[in-house]
Order: sequence, then C-alpha cells, then structure tokens
Amino acid sequence: MLEIEIDGKKAEVPDGSTVMDAAQQLGVYIPHFCYHKKLSIAANCRMCLVQVEKAPKPLPACATPVTNGMKVFTHSELAVKAQKGVMEFLLINHPLDCPICDQGGECQLQDLTVGYGPMQSRYSEEKHVVFHKNVGPLISMEEMSRCIHCTRCVRFGQEIAGVMELGMANRNMHSEITTFLGRSVDSELSGNMIDLCPVGALTSKPFRYTARTWELQRRRSVSPHDSVGANLVVQVKHDTVMRVLPYENEAVNECWISDKERFAYQALNSDQRLSQPMVKQGGAWREVDWNVALDYVAHGLKDLAREHGGDALAALAAPQCTVEELFLLNKIMRGLGSGNIDFRARQSDFSADGKGAGAPWLGLPLADLNDLDAALVVGSFLRKDHPLIAQRLRQAAKKGGKISLLSVTGDDPLINLHQQVTVPPSRLAAALGAVVKAAAELKGAAVAAGLEKIMVDAAAKAIAQSLLADGKRAIFLGNAATQSPAAAQLHALAQELARLTGATFGFFGEGGNTVGAYAAGVLPTGANARQMFAQPRRAYVLMGIEPELDCADPQLALGALRGASLVVFISAFKNEQALEYADVLLPMAPFTETAGTFVNSEGRIQSFNGVAKARGDSRPAWKILRVLGNVLNLDGFAYQSSEAVRDEALGQGKAFVAGLDNGLNGLAIALPPVAEGLQRIADVPIHFADPLARRAPALQQTGDAAAPTARMCARTLGELGLTAGDTVKVRQGGGEALLPLAVDDAVPAGCLRVAAGHPDTASLGGMFDPIFVERA
Amino acid sequence: MFSAQTLEKFAREVGKYPADQKQSAIMACLAHAQAEKGWLPAEAIEAVAAYLGMAPIAAWEVATFYNMYDLQPVGKYKITVCTNLPCALSGGYHAGEYLQQKLGIGYGETTADGKFTLKEGECMGACGDAPVFIVNNRSMCSHMHPEQIDKLLEECE
Repeated sequence: MLEIEIDGKKAEVPDGSTVMDAAQQLGVYIPHFCYHKKLSIAANCRMCLVQVEKAPKPLPACATPVTNGMKVFTHSELAVKAQKGVMEFLLINHPLDCPICDQGGECQLQDLTVGYGPMQSRYSEEKHVVFHKNVGPLISMEEMSRCIHCTRCVRFGQEIAGVMELGMANRNMHSEITTFLGRSVDSELSGNMIDLCPVGALTSKPFRYTARTWELQRRRSVSPHDSVGANLVVQVKHDTVMRVLPYENEAVNECWISDKERFAYQALNSDQRLSQPMVKQGGAWREVDWNVALDYVAHGLKDLAREHGGDALAALAAPQCTVEELFLLNKIMRGLGSGNIDFRARQSDFSADGKGAGAPWLGLPLADLNDLDAALVVGSFLRKDHPLIAQRLRQAAKKGGKISLLSVTGDDPLINLHQQVTVPPSRLAAALGAVVKAAAELKGAAVAAGLEKIMVDAAAKAIAQSLLADGKRAIFLGNAATQSPAAAQLHALAQELARLTGATFGFFGEGGNTVGAYAAGVLPTGANARQMFAQPRRAYVLMGIEPELDCADPQLALGALRGASLVVFISAFKNEQALEYADVLLPMAPFTETAGTFVNSEGRIQSFNGVAKARGDSRPAWKILRVLGNVLNLDGFAYQSSEAVRDEALGQGKAFVAGLDNGLNGLAIALPPVAEGLQRIADVPIHFADPLARRAPALQQTGDAAAPTARMCARTLGELGLTAGDTVKVRQGGGEALLPLAVDDAVPAGCLRVAAGHPDTASLGGMFDPIFVERA
Repeated sequence: MFSAQTLEKFAREVGKYPADQKQSAIMACLAHAQAEKGWLPAEAIEAVAAYLGMAPIAAWEVATFYNMYDLQPVGKYKITVCTNLPCALSGGYHAGEYLQQKLGIGYGETTADGKFTLKEGECMGACGDAPVFIVNNRSMCSHMHPEQIDKLLEECE
C-alpha cells in the first residue's frame, strides 16, 4: 500500500494505482475527458493535469503512478493554470454551436468549460473543419468538428467491443475520427460509444433533436432482451420513451448495454402497438371494451374446459414476460385444469424435463465471468445471443483466460480464443463427448458409458486440459445448445465434464426472464411447448409471443393454431398472422409500462416499475390476468399489487431466487445418431429475437438485421452443384422459402445456415432439422 | 495483391517480432507494399492489414500518420521539402517556393508529365544542412539553394 495526500486529504492506495484512482477513492474530482475507468489510459487530453510536489511540471493524474508519500494539489495555482491552458487549447477548434448541439446540457466539455475554462476566447483565427461521416443507422457523426480527439470511441472498439472500427486518421491538427473507407460501425455494442463521447461528436441518430436532456425524466428499468438483465435508465417525456441509457451496475451490465437494449425503445412508440382489445366475430375484427373481451375469453376457456377437459387448453408465453405475468398465467391454466403451459418455445428436446434438480442457471455470478481462467462455451452464437456475456468473456481472455468455443458455426466471437471447434449440429454432442472423454483420460478416470467409441482429437484434448488446470473454470451451454434436438444429452455431458474437471457449469439462458419462469414454476405438467402443437389443442393462450417467429417449429405451431377453436393473443403489438388464427387480441403493456420482475441468468431478482403510462387501452398483463382470474371465479386472484404476485411467486424480500441447480439425474449418456443429408443451422438474428427489436426501425436498418440468406461452405456448395448468388428454394416439411444463396466458410460442411425468427423463413420447420435446397 | 518477392519481404519483417505481435511489422510492410505499387491504394493497405491480422482502420491510421506513405499516385520523382521551423528559418521556405515556381506545381501536386511530385515534409534530422530535401523517400539532398535545386532537377531524368 502507498500513502498519498491529495489537497490535504490522506489516503492509502494499492501499489500500481494512479493519482486518478486515489482521487476517486478520496472523492476528489479531477477534470478529465480521455480517461475512463473501463478503458486503457491514453493521457492525450491533458485535462487532468495536477501539481505534484517536487515535480517541475504539472502531471496528468490519469497516467501518473502514485509513489509513497506523494503530495498532489488539484487546485493550486500551477494546476489551475494548466487546466485553464488545456481548456483554451481544446476550445480553439471546437465550434461554438452548443445551442444547436444534441449534447448540449449533458456535455462534459460544456460542463468543464464552465468549471475550468476561460470566460472568453482569445482565438480569432479560422477554426478547423472536419467533414461529417455516415457510419450507419445508430451513431450520428454529422458534426465531427466537435471532436476533441480523446479516442475513447477508438479504445472502446479495441478493448470492449473487440473490433476496431473507428480510428484516428492523419496527424496533428488534421487528425480525425473515421472508419476505414467510410464503412459502417457494425458492432452490437456500438451505441456505448455515444455515451463515451464527452462532446457532441458521436450522438444517437434515432434520438437526435427529439428532446433536450433537461426535459427528460429519468426512470430505472431492466432490460427484457437477454438473460443478463441489463439495468437501464429510461428517459421519458410526456409519457413517451425518448431514449434508453445504461444504468451502471458493476455486478450486472457494468456501464454497458447492447444496441438492441439501447434502441429497441423505438418499437414502444410505433404505430404497430396494439391499443384496443379486439374480438373476431363472424370473421371480422371488432374493437371491444375490456369487460366484453375478458368475458369472451373466460366463457370460451371455461366452455372448452368443461366440454373437453382442461387438457384441451394450452398456454405459451415468451421468456421476456415478467415473473408476475408468467406466474398468473400459470395459475389460471392450473385453475382451468390444464397443465399445458410452457415458455420454452424454441426448445425442441424436453427429455430432461422432470430430471432436473432445480432451475437451470448460469452456475456462477455474472461478475465472475471476467475472472475465469478457463471456460468452454458450447453451442452459442455468442456475440449476437449475449453481447454482454461475450464482452465479459473477452475481458477474461485478455487477462489470459483460456476461452474455448464449441459451436455449430465458426462465427468470430471477437474473443482471443484458446480453441474453436465447429461441428454440424448433429455432431455437437459427440464433440462435447470427445472433450469429456479427453478429460477422463487425462485424469485417469473411467470414461462414461456411451463415449467409448468417440475419437479424441487434439482440440478436444487442449480444451480438456484447460478445464483441468487450476483456477476458476466454467462450462456454459448457449442458446443453440438449449435449442438443439440433443439438448438433454448436451446437458448431461456438460454435467459429466464439470464433475470430471471440477469446473462449474451452467446455462446462458435464452430470454430476459428464463430463470424467473423456472423459479416461478411455470413448467408443464401436461404438454410442453412442442407437444401442445404436435397434438393440437382446442384453445391456446399466447402471451408476448409471436409463434411464427418465436417457435422452434413455426410450421407445426401455425398448423395447430389455425385448427384451434379459440386462440387468445395477448400482445403489445399487432401481428398480421395472429389476425388470421386468433379470436381475441388483448393489448398488454410492454416492460416500460408495467411493474414487474425479471430474474437474470445468475438468479438476481430485479423488480421495476412502469416508466410511462400504458398506451391506449393496453394494460399491464398481470392486471389483465388478475381480472381474468376473477372473471373465471378462480381462487387466489385478489392481488393488490404486482409485488404481492412476485412475493407469492418467488418469496418475500429476496435478492436471488431459491432453487437454482443445474443438476440432472437419471439421464444416461447416449449420443444421438449423426444426421444424414443436409442439416439446417438456425441462429436467431439479434434484432429479430423478440417482438420489440423486430419493430425498432433503426435496428432494422443495421447489418445485423439484413434479410436471411441461405449460407453454406464452398465445399457443400460444390457438391450440390449450386452457385453463390443464385436464388434457391429451401424446403422443410410442407413449407418452403426462396432465399439468395451465399458462400460462408464459417458454416460446417453438410449444413445450410438459414436464420430463424425472420418473416422470410417463418414458413420453414425445425431449427436444426434436415433441410432441402434446390435451384429456384 | 502482392508479388512473391514482396510477400517474402513481408515474411522477413514479421519474423523480426514475436509471433503474437505480428502487427509490429506494419510500417515496414506498408513500405514494401508502396515500393511494389508505387503508392498505397486503400486495397493494398487493407491487404497488408489482413496479412498482419489487424483491423484495416488500424493500418489506415499508420498509413495516414506518416507522410512518407503516398495515398495518391506520385510522379517518378517525389521531392519532399522540409518546412519545419529550423529549415524554414534557414531558407527552406524560399527553397520550396523556388521549386514550386520552377515546376509550376504546388505542394501535394504532380507535374502534368508525371515526372515530379512536390510534398511538404517533416524534420529529417539534418537541420545543420538546411534547407533539406529528400527524393523518393531515399536520397537526402543538403544545402538546397537555387543552384543546387537546378542541378537536382537536371539530374532527374
């Protein structure tokens, strides 16, 4: 420990600390622009100059290591003079356009000019002009003359996003931030650069000129988009969400959010919102009052249950629904005598059901991801499924952690990987089996039954070795593993690998509230998400879900829904397909307009309040379901608040849910047969993964939202005698889609990559099932 | 993109650094690329970046930072005049003007016959010999007063 005195206040700081670290510990503010605690030190803005005793010149606090007994003065004459001088230089080329600048009112340069700058400029020469750039639909770089060259955005790309897209071209006064040849910035974390920019050079394109920061009310919320449960600040003006920013929570999202979380709010204000309950009568849709709609639903469900038994009803909800919504839907279904309820719409293998010891979860706190010494991720489109988990693993790899990826495509996770193994989906279990066998052999333990015949290759051995070494180690099953037809086998194999190596194992989790749904017990005792469509029911209740895009097999789901006599569609948005098969549309409030709770993948219970009034006649779904429970005369629907529902679902006053356990009992390892013929690999593109993102115009203009293509490697392309660029007809079951064919050597041989979750491919079948392709 | 000889030179440069620090060879590789192409088109910069496993924009930063890299085609003889302060005070400014007048082009321009390109350069570390020129990034010319300049231009065939 080192002793330091700043402005007369004494502190002890660990070796290697900088003066800036010590100042922060003491609560002394040192002005700065380029310094950011999450980024490397650049020391190029010189704003943090301070006086250090015995130093002949002022020194930058961010880059000066503390020495024992150091005395620092941040307000001495020398320090103030230095700060004033730096401020004057920074302002020389900075335009005086604050009144028309979107950053006005939340600008560090503006604030520090007031605090530390000169009152008047002595500079009367011409200012330097930097041309504007177009880097895509999210970040506006229209006024690059405002840039003060702090390079925070550049360092963010290199260090946090893992891809350097912005850089500083040229030298001295000609320096400018730009992309290579005017290309777009495509990182899924790019929006954070807007937050990092201390001036108005990088601003939010969708938000520009729509509101001033002081007009906005800041309200806290939680992201429903992925299992991290990023904490949000939702900024509201006149009950309209204008902007979403990260709320700093080191344990969850640090100070970052993904672009999806940042820009999906546009959907909340879109004209695609469902705002009035509607009932289909004689084939025509009619807007009705809530009591009419709920009476209709209650009668319909009750009659069908009476005539055909509770098993004739089924309910499917999205994993982005709150704990309260899922819990009440479950209670209603049970009350009607139906055990057919599920939230795992994309899952296709349910053979682990009933064999699990508890709610599957991440297996360790999110914050521990950064410090892993070794990790194996199985079956994941890591960056697109879980941008912030990928970010944490990237940091772990940077610290020397050996991160390996065993998945179905060779997509670059922008992590310095230890090993990357890419296999067709039907071989995923065998490839994980090879790692299990390698670990057993290295340890001298018995090889689990069922794995005798597997060949162990060098990569499997290297992964096993990394997991057997000392330190913190973990094995994770990603979305593609959960959605795989061999999900239960992968689960069992991961458990075996964890047992052999002593590593923890867990699941990334698909939705924002997957763990919450498990914890609230919203699991089928009757038909699961697949069975409820495979054996069609008479009535369906759908909540927050769009079956043609969100189900593992949309064909199967739509077939069953079209044949049902009652489909209740509870949604925040209109849906063309639902107009055809549904009988009642109930407008529910999205997460910003309801109180609720999400449980993230580490089991953290995060409750939030609505930040805006519900649009039109839409209502929080927990209230809709409470009233429906009452109309149905079911017991136990007298809740006064969403908190009462939550406490009943999860228990009172808890920070983490109980019953988290990834253990799986009584499932023997038996590798699935290797599939013959062409297999489909379906990812869920990041901006098509949930109903909100699908309707956010800015997100839909990004590269990540490009219409799906049929992708295969050059070898498979040659074997099938097809040509890239052709339009091909892809077929699964009775459905087909016309897609452009593209070469992608990240796709393993014998596979065709066709994204799910997109209208263009909604007519197709299972995500990892056989698929046929021919010239159109 | 590059000839076998140039690729061999790339490999030799990369070999000078630890295997995980290939991008240390960026400046040398860009120089070899420029030697082959005569200048540095963006595609060449991107190809060098790909060769070294770095982001194209990172290579672009380097290529635009140093003024010995030519991002536009140049003439047969590229004359770079030092206009930094010591040279400028010792006749560099006038030498530059004289040269511009003789060639009929300004800084950053190339003569119509494609023979000469004129550039402003940064300190070449020979302030005692001011005014200083450097021709084609390789040959230094000291004490460049008008008569020397005339001689230099005559020598350039």
